Amino acid sequence: MDVAIVGIGIHPFGRTPARSGLQQGAYAARLALQDAGIEWRDIQFAFGGSASAGSADALVNELGLTGIPFINVANGCATGGSSLISAYNAIKSGEYDVGMVTGFDKHDRGAFNADPEELGIGQWYGEVGMMMTTQFFAMKIQKYMHDHAISHDTLAKVSEKAFINGSKNPNAWRTEPISVDEIINSTMVNDPLTKFMFCSPAEGGVALILCRADHAKRYTDTPVYLKGATMKSRRFGSFEVFSPSQALQQVDGPTVDASKAAFEMAGVGPKDMDVMQLQDTEVGAEIMHMSENGFCEDGEQEALIQQGATHIGGSMPVNTDGGCLANGEPIGASGLRQVYENVLQLRGQAGDHQVPHDPKLAYTHVYGAPGISAITILQR
Amino acid sequence: MSNQVPIAEGLFTWPSAKPALLASRCRKCGIAAFPVASSCMACSGQDVEIEELPSRGTLWTWTVQQFMPKNPYRSDETPETFIPYGVGYLELPGGVRVEGRLTENDPQKLQIGMKMDVVFEPYRTEDNGDEVINFFFRPVQ
Repeated sequence: MDVAIVGIGIHPFGRTPARSGLQQGAYAARLALQDAGIEWRDIQFAFGGSASAGSADALVNELGLTGIPFINVANGCATGGSSLISAYNAIKSGEYDVGMVTGFDKHDRGAFNADPEELGIGQWYGEVGMMMTTQFFAMKIQKYMHDHAISHDTLAKVSEKAFINGSKNPNAWRTEPISVDEIINSTMVNDPLTKFMFCSPAEGGVALILCRADHAKRYTDTPVYLKGATMKSRRFGSFEVFSPSQALQQVDGPTVDASKAAFEMAGVGPKDMDVMQLQDTEVGAEIMHMSENGFCEDGEQEALIQQGATHIGGSMPVNTDGGCLANGEPIGASGLRQVYENVLQLRGQAGDHQVPHDPKLAYTHVYGAPGISAITILQR
Repeated sequence: MSNQVPIAEGLFTWPSAKPALLASRCRKCGIAAFPVASSCMACSGQDVEIEELPSRGTLWTWTVQQFMPKNPYRSDETPETFIPYGVGYLELPGGVRVEGRLTENDPQKLQIGMKMDVVFEPYRTEDNGDEVINFFFRPVQ
């Protein structure tokens, strides 16, 4: 049984002091229901995630107590992707006809502070100051720049593009373009990455209504089909966040594994994608995820980004809504924001951030601690 | 003379005339891991032996932490006295790449591929006066 997305809803990302994370989730859920023309009481199941804004299943207190199975998902930055795959499988199995996926969050300002013991690492690792996701991202791109000749200017151009796209997206947080000079010269956070090269913890909510594909036209004239949905965790030898040590022999990370599996499942290849949303926790992640997802060879990013290929009008538009860099990172919601954006793109409803030429296939990718990745391939 | 205690038991030999980082090595597949683990992440084997890692290696990658981390960071510093610190992975031949703090924090003086030694130095002082010892990577002088 194929699966279709027939309703989407979003609460603007950024900072909304007047609404709790849960209320932002409920706001998105109501918009998604309205978009699909369906009532909450007709939803048969839900998967949802929130890292810092309470249990996702508490949404029923806002939406109504209907007795449905509502399962909470917690997979770091891959939470949204993981929820979506769970819902996809629930419908594909034939068990359910229609359900909701939701993610919302509301984080404090400043870098995330993770607890090493929750991940099975000794307390000493945090005490000496290594329990920092930002360090991992910095060290990974540092090595990548060394091996594949990526310049600092190219790092900054990724941020520049993100803020340009954010300025075209009414739901984005950062809506003012920032110059390459200002990005490079902003405060150094973890060499080689400066303040404007990182996303920040934020707030927001997204909800999607999924149904069996043969029911899709009951809800919408513009269904978008999930042709591929995969999730992988790290194998031995991949370089991942929060690793006190790593193997001398390196293997491909979970992004590469999940990407290959998704393309195989969908029966298409990287060159077929018209628009892609790739995890851009910081600029290095977007650069490396371009090759890890098969969209270019290692090192080709330098020329592609300098030429503007990843801009909305370019040959391979990446993070057309501004990505995490311009939207911030509400952990539970980010992965679903990517899917929301791709559905808009495939429906031709993305407004100022719409990619040209009638896109047919779209790609999303998330990556999360401690080494997991989830991919979707959408087709209209 | 203050009492010196390791930041965690079993990370390295202490006290010792010549302290060394400790790794576990799987007897089945030969893979080493730091810190010591009771099972092998490569093959799930549980037959591991403990060995001392080499004291000199090659810097595989690095960064400098420019702002003071929040909890669970625990040093003697305050936001006012915080000094940025280097972090990197040191590739130890025949063993693993170990992540650790660097004694150098000047980006101009750090390069992938440079040789570094594993050294053991005081990291913070406890309320009872104990000096807490951690491992660091220091450029070969």
